[in-house]
Amino acid sequence: MVPLTVNHYLALSGVLFAIGTAGVFLRRNLITVLLSIEIMLNAVNLTFVAVGRYRGSVDGQIITFFVMTVAAAEAAVGLALIIALFRHRETLSPDAFTALKW
Amino acid sequence: MLLLIPLFPLVGFVVNACLGRRLTKSISGGLACAAMIASFAVSALLVSRILGHDAAPLEFTLFEWMTSGTLHVPFTLRLDHLAAVMILVVTGIGSLIHIYSTGYMHEESDSEYARYFSYLNLFASFMLILVLGANFPVMFVGWEGVGLCSYLLIGFWFRKQSAADAGKKAFVVNRVGDFGFVLGMLLIFATFGTLDFQLVAAAADTRAIEHGAIGVITAATLLLFLGATGKSAQIPLYVWLPDAMEGPTPVSALIHAATMVTAGVYMIGRNAVLFSHAPITLSMVAAIGVATALMAGTIGLVQNDIKRVLAYSTVSQLGYMFLAMGVGAFAAGIFHLYTHAFFKALLFLGSGAVIHALAGEQDLRNMGGLKKYLPVTYWTFLIGALAIAGVPLLSGFFSKDEILFKTFTATNPNRLLLWGIGMVTSLLTATYMFRLVFLAFHGERRVTAHGSAHPEEEEPVAQTGHAQAAAVAHHDSHGHGHAHAPHDAPPSMAIPLIVLAIGSVVAGYVGVPHALGGSNRIEQFLEPSFEVSDGRGRLEAAGGGAQSSEPAGVRPVALQESHAPDATESSHDNTSTELMLMALSSGVALAGIGIAWYFWLRNREAVAAMTARFHGPYTVLLHKYYVDELYDAAIVQPIKLLSTGGLWKGADAGLIDGAVNGVGQTVRATSGVLRRAQTGSVRTYAASLFLGVVLILGWYLLKTLRT
Repeated sequence: MVPLTVNHYLALSGVLFAIGTAGVFLRRNLITVLLSIEIMLNAVNLTFVAVGRYRGSVDGQIITFFVMTVAAAEAAVGLALIIALFRHRETLSPDAFTALKW
Repeated sequence: MLLLIPLFPLVGFVVNACLGRRLTKSISGGLACAAMIASFAVSALLVSRILGHDAAPLEFTLFEWMTSGTLHVPFTLRLDHLAAVMILVVTGIGSLIHIYSTGYMHEESDSEYARYFSYLNLFASFMLILVLGANFPVMFVGWEGVGLCSYLLIGFWFRKQSAADAGKKAFVVNRVGDFGFVLGMLLIFATFGTLDFQLVAAAADTRAIEHGAIGVITAATLLLFLGATGKSAQIPLYVWLPDAMEGPTPVSALIHAATMVTAGVYMIGRNAVLFSHAPITLSMVAAIGVATALMAGTIGLVQNDIKRVLAYSTVSQLGYMFLAMGVGAFAAGIFHLYTHAFFKALLFLGSGAVIHALAGEQDLRNMGGLKKYLPVTYWTFLIGALAIAGVPLLSGFFSKDEILFKTFTATNPNRLLLWGIGMVTSLLTATYMFRLVFLAFHGERRVTAHGSAHPEEEEPVAQTGHAQAAAVAHHDSHGHGHAHAPHDAPPSMAIPLIVLAIGSVVAGYVGVPHALGGSNRIEQFLEPSFEVSDGRGRLEAAGGGAQSSEPAGVRPVALQESHAPDATESSHDNTSTELMLMALSSGVALAGIGIAWYFWLRNREAVAAMTARFHGPYTVLLHKYYVDELYDAAIVQPIKLLSTGGLWKGADAGLIDGAVNGVGQTVRATSGVLRRAQTGSVRTYAASLFLGVVLILGWYLLKTLRT
């Protein structure tokens, strides 16, 4: 049995982040995109906690709480925006929203 | 005291300009006249103080105007003998013309009337500053000021297109001359370090012999003379004066005959010492003067507008004055200026009375027989015409003969040619003036033809006794408003005419030449003004011969032989010459009148025959030698072409607008390309963001791994 090192956590975190990124770019549903962003955030959280423990400091845990708070607020605002967008366009595909184009 | 002279008209101007709308005609007109008369009274009082031959000039410095380094220009007025003659002419004749104007302009509305008198007063004020200025910049203030007033008054009836155009033409043409004046002024300052007339004269006198100074003086005087040709309507800048006749007739009399146009002559007289050190300039002045006199005289012979004939006559007489200046006879030139002011003002006012009586008719072809209706105008006009023609014992005779005599005896190598042309012009003067008199006042009254559709010569011959009734009927049918017989000038106009007529007769008697037993008082009076005026300079000039080691004091050019003390030795010789010349020119004057009498009174078919025979020259003269057309083709059109083709369409539209639009178009084209990158798809943005982060981080990672 190989003892768990910080590298394992970092690898898991990298995998989670890659999954989240791929979800953001590849999925065509805004809610899934939002979920993928949450995954990315949690990957980052995992990195913070792991490195914090590795270095013997609580800073990583403190900042994780901040990130979780922000993530909760972001989820609330994001879902509200998605509902508003859906009412506007009757679709949840991010490609439908190209009004930023000139 | 000296300040009061220009101040009175200035006050009149301010009051009339500010309150003119609310004043009645009698108040605004009366105020303007009172200002002029007050100015005249002060002038006369002050002139009486400097009557003596050696009286020092009066001076008054108002304030320091410009001080910068060595440039030091006080606002100084100076009254010397030359200025004395001028201010008396300006205020005296000016007063008469103001009085005349109260009658002439009476049909204008109250505010227009006040505007007219405010301009007229402003003009008088500037003219007096011009005359009294003791240095070039002060003179230049007046010089530009009178130009401005001339513009305002030519364009007084600015709703009429031709009047507005004529005003602009006068202004623009004068600017060409003024540019010469300013350059000459700067050159004088650069050379002599001063701009005061007396100091410049003294400096020119002592420094003229120095190597190189002659060239500079010649250049400076030529530039000043360019200014004079603009203001005094000489070749090549005379074209504005005939057009200036669009202004009200009293304005033509005051500004474009008696005073302003003589400013150039006055300026040369003021700088007599300077000019006499520049023989090349002087011969230029004489040549231009005599050429202008001849050219304008010939044009005047065929013009049909009564005021234009007088305008060309003015140009021609100014040419005489320049001829006098050019041969060094400064006193004779100023003398002619002074007599000319009387009779030319008289002639203009007389023509104004005619125009007034005929409700605006200016065409000589539609006049005739007015002697019966306008006796006062006729007799005064006749005196003026006799005076300008040079008939013996009237004022023009003395001054013109003085010029011709001085030309004949001048040191100029071409003096005989100059004199000959002068004589021919004298003949022309008499002829065109009496053509005017006979066409306007004698013969039968002609129908007021509307337009010149009728050939010139047929009408009067066809007229018979009942033409008068026909003429009246003709008028009525056209509703022209002057069907009744023309009325003579009202008193406000008649009195100035009579005073000026008396002046035209007696004005010459201040300058009766030695040959006729007179003492030529005006010449002696003016003499100090044409020499180095301050005592020191004169002493140097006199003592220069003795101090052989210091040649700077010697006067290299004698102004005129009669000025020199040795004039007596040749005086007998001169007397007989002068008498002979006088007889000759009197004969010429009478011959000119005779020619006019034959052609335009006695035998009018001869005129038709002559015009038919010399049709080419006649057309050329009628079109004023095509000079306006020439200037148009040579200067106006190229400038227009350059402005539209080159500067407007090329430089402005092409270059400047092109640059501005080009910047815009470049930005647009670039953004057109760049905007393809902006898809609006959020995911593309996120992907590029991600890619960027990965690239940057990857680069740093690689860098770390390398080391």
